Amino acid sequence: MSSASTLPMQPGGAQAPWTQPYRGTVGMACLIIAESAIFLIFIVAYIFYLGKSLTGPTPDQVLEVPIFGTICLLSSSITVHLAVIRLRQVKLRAFTFWLAGTVVLGTIFLLSTAQEWYRLIYERGLTLQTNLFGTTYYSLVGLHASHVIVGLIMLSLTLLFALFGRVNEHHFEKFDTLSLYWHFVDGVWVVVFTVVYVVGR
Amino acid sequence: MSTIPAVKGVDETQATRRARLPARVIHEWLTTVDHKKIGILYIGYALIFLVIGGIEATLMRIQLAQPNNHLVSPQVFNRLFTMHGTTMIFFVAMPIMFGFGNYLVPIMIGARDMAFPRLNAFSFWVSAMGGVLLYFSYLGGSGLYAAGSAPDVGWFAYAPLTAKVFSPGHSTDYWTLSILLSGVGSIGTALNIVTTTLCMRSPGMKLSRMPLLVWLYLVMGGLVFVTISPLTAAQIMLTLDRYLGAHFFDTQAGGSAVLWMHFFWIFGHPEVYVLILPAFAFMNEIVPVFSRKAIFGYPAMVAASVGIGFISLTVWAHHMFTVGMGAAGNTFFVFATMVISVPTGIKIFNWLATIWGGKVIFATPMLFSVGFLFQFLIAGLTGIILSIAPFDWQLHNTYFVVAHFHYVIVGGILFALFAAFYYWYPKMTGRMMSETIGKWHFVLFIIGFHLTFDFMHIPGLLGMPRQIYTYEADRGWGSWNMIVTIGVIFQAAGILVFVYNLVRSYFAGKVAGPDPWDAWTLEWSTSSPPPDYNFAVLPTVRSRRPLWDLKHPEDPDSDYEL
Repeated sequence: MSSASTLPMQPGGAQAPWTQPYRGTVGMACLIIAESAIFLIFIVAYIFYLGKSLTGPTPDQVLEVPIFGTICLLSSSITVHLAVIRLRQVKLRAFTFWLAGTVVLGTIFLLSTAQEWYRLIYERGLTLQTNLFGTTYYSLVGLHASHVIVGLIMLSLTLLFALFGRVNEHHFEKFDTLSLYWHFVDGVWVVVFTVVYVVGR
Repeated sequence: MSTIPAVKGVDETQATRRARLPARVIHEWLTTVDHKKIGILYIGYALIFLVIGGIEATLMRIQLAQPNNHLVSPQVFNRLFTMHGTTMIFFVAMPIMFGFGNYLVPIMIGARDMAFPRLNAFSFWVSAMGGVLLYFSYLGGSGLYAAGSAPDVGWFAYAPLTAKVFSPGHSTDYWTLSILLSGVGSIGTALNIVTTTLCMRSPGMKLSRMPLLVWLYLVMGGLVFVTISPLTAAQIMLTLDRYLGAHFFDTQAGGSAVLWMHFFWIFGHPEVYVLILPAFAFMNEIVPVFSRKAIFGYPAMVAASVGIGFISLTVWAHHMFTVGMGAAGNTFFVFATMVISVPTGIKIFNWLATIWGGKVIFATPMLFSVGFLFQFLIAGLTGIILSIAPFDWQLHNTYFVVAHFHYVIVGGILFALFAAFYYWYPKMTGRMMSETIGKWHFVLFIIGFHLTFDFMHIPGLLGMPRQIYTYEADRGWGSWNMIVTIGVIFQAAGILVFVYNLVRSYFAGKVAGPDPWDAWTLEWSTSSPPPDYNFAVLPTVRSRRPLWDLKHPEDPDSDYEL
C-alpha cells in the first residue's frame, strides 16, 4: 500500500449526454412501494376478517362515512401540487399560500378522524379490543392516520421555513419529493376509504 | 497474464500514515457514512453473529447425536433453535449480503458513495441494534414476573403460540422488536442500493452495461420492499395483539392462526431469494474471471434474475400444503414452485457455459464457486421433490426439509459467500488471503458440509420431525444423527481455519496490488483498499468490461456491443 490512487478511465471521443433520474424521486418511489406492501397486508387482514367478528358492533351499525374529511384530504393533493408548480415558477408568496392550505386541509382531515374515533369509542363502545372489526378498523385507519401525521410534520416544517423566507427555487426537487409522499398518503386513503366505508359496510 | 498498461494514477494521494489513536479510530468507525466502511461493519457484525449462531447449532447437534440425550433441557432446546434460525437469517445472512452490496455496488458502477450515505449509516445501526436486542432477551426476556428468557417460539413463530397466554414474559416481544428493527434497516439499505443503481452510475454505465452483480442487487432490493414489509406489518399486528389486546391472531375471538402463516411465508419464501440473489451475484463475477471468459448469456442472466424476482412472490404457500388449502390452491403453488426452477436452471446452464472451454484457474474463490454450483443444483432438486404436494404431506416438518433448506443456505449461499470473501478480501484490505490455508478451509468445509447435510436427509425420510429435543433409541435415527454431528466438527474446524486466515492475512498476507485477479470490473481500477472517494475522476464506461477495454485497447469489448 504505497499510495491510494485510481486509474483514470477517460477514453477519448464524444460521449452521449448522460442524465439519470433525481435520487430523491427514486428513493421516495422505493419507500412508497415498501409502504404499499405494509398497507396491503393490513387491507388483506381487514377484508379477510369482514363479518368474522364473534360479537358486535358491526361496521354497518356504527360507521359513518367521513365525507367532509375525505374531501379535505383529496383537495390537499391539489393544493400541494399547486404549491409545487408555484415553487417551480419561483412565486414564493403563492407557494407559501398553497402550502399553508395543504397543512390546514390535512389537519382538518386528522381532526375529523379524531372526532370519528371519539364517537366510536365513547358513544358506540368500539375499541381495538372489542372484536375483530375493532382490531382491523383501528389498525388500518390508524396506520393511515400515522402516515398523515408524518406528512403533516414534514409539510409544517417546510411551511415554517417558508414563512421565515428560507425556501427558494433550489429546494424545488426536494419539495417535489415531499409532495410525492403526500400524494401517496392521499392515494392510500382512496383505497382505505373504498375498503372500509364502501365495500366493508 | 496481461497487466494494466502503465498509466500513472491521476489522483496520487501520499501514503503518509496518520498517527492513529485507538479512540480516534473507534470514533471514525462509529460515525462513518462511507459505504466501504459501513459495508465492512455489516460484514464484521454478521461474522460475529455467524459464530454465535454456529455455537447454537453445534449445541443442538451434540444434543441430537445420540438418542435419549439430556445435555440440554427441552426448554433450552426450543430457545436454541429459535435463536439459531432468527440469528442466521436476520443477523448473519441479511447483513452480510448488505455488507457486500454496500461495498461493491457503488464502486462497481463508478460512484463515489451511495445515494443516501447518512440513511446508510442509520440502516446499519438500526439493524445492529436489532441483533443486540435479540440477545439482550437472555438478560431481559424474563421480565419482572414471568418465566422464560430467550425467545422459544421457533423462527416462524406460529400463532397462537405467540399469544400472551402461551408465551408470557417478554422474550417473544424481544423477538418481534428485533425483527422489526432489522426490517427497517433492511428496507433502508435496499432503498439505498436501488436508488444508487438507478441514479448514481458513472457516464456510459447504461443499465445494459452494468456488472451482473449490480443487476442482481437491484432485483434483490426490489424484492426486499415487497417481502420485508409484509413481515413488518405482521410484527406490528403481533405487537398490537400482545400489548393492546387486539385479536389479529387470537383464535378465541375468531382470529386466524393460518393468516399468520400466510403473512409469515409471504415474507419467508421470497426471503430465500433475497439471500440467494446476492449469492448468484458473486457467482456472476467470480466464475467468468476464473474461467478467463466473459459471462455467457448476459441478457438471459438479467431476464432470469428479474423472472426469479417476480415468480418468487407467488410460491409462499408451498410451506403450507399440510394446512388444507384445497386442491386448487395446492395445484397453483405446486406449479408456481416448479416454474421457478426454469430461470434458476437457465442461470446454472449459463455458468456452466461460461466455464466451458475457458482456461479455468482453480484458486480458492473458484473452488468454492464450483462447490456452490454442484450443491445448489442438489438443493434445487430436493426443492422440486418437496414442491410436489403429496410428497410434502409425507415429509412436512421432517429433517428432510431441514436438510433441504440448509443445503440451499449453507451449500449455496455460504459457499458463495466464502468465494466472495476470498475474491474481494484483497480489494477490501490490500492483502491476499492465503491460498494454502484457503484450500484447507475448502477441503474441511466441503467434507463437513456433505457429512452433515447429505446424511441429514435420511432421518427425515425415516420420519424424524424437526424441532424435537430428543428421540427414542428404537427409532433407528441414532447412527444417522451421529454422522450428521461428526460433520459439524469438520465444519467448525473449517470455520476456525477461515477466521484464522482472515486475521493472519490482514497482517501477513501478500500485498495484493490493485488488480490481483486480472479482473474486468471497475472496483479493480482503484487501489486496494480504494481511496475514500473511490474515483478522483468519474470513470467513463463503454462496455460491460471497462477494465478489459483499458487493458486491451487493440480489442475492446465495446467493438462487439450490439
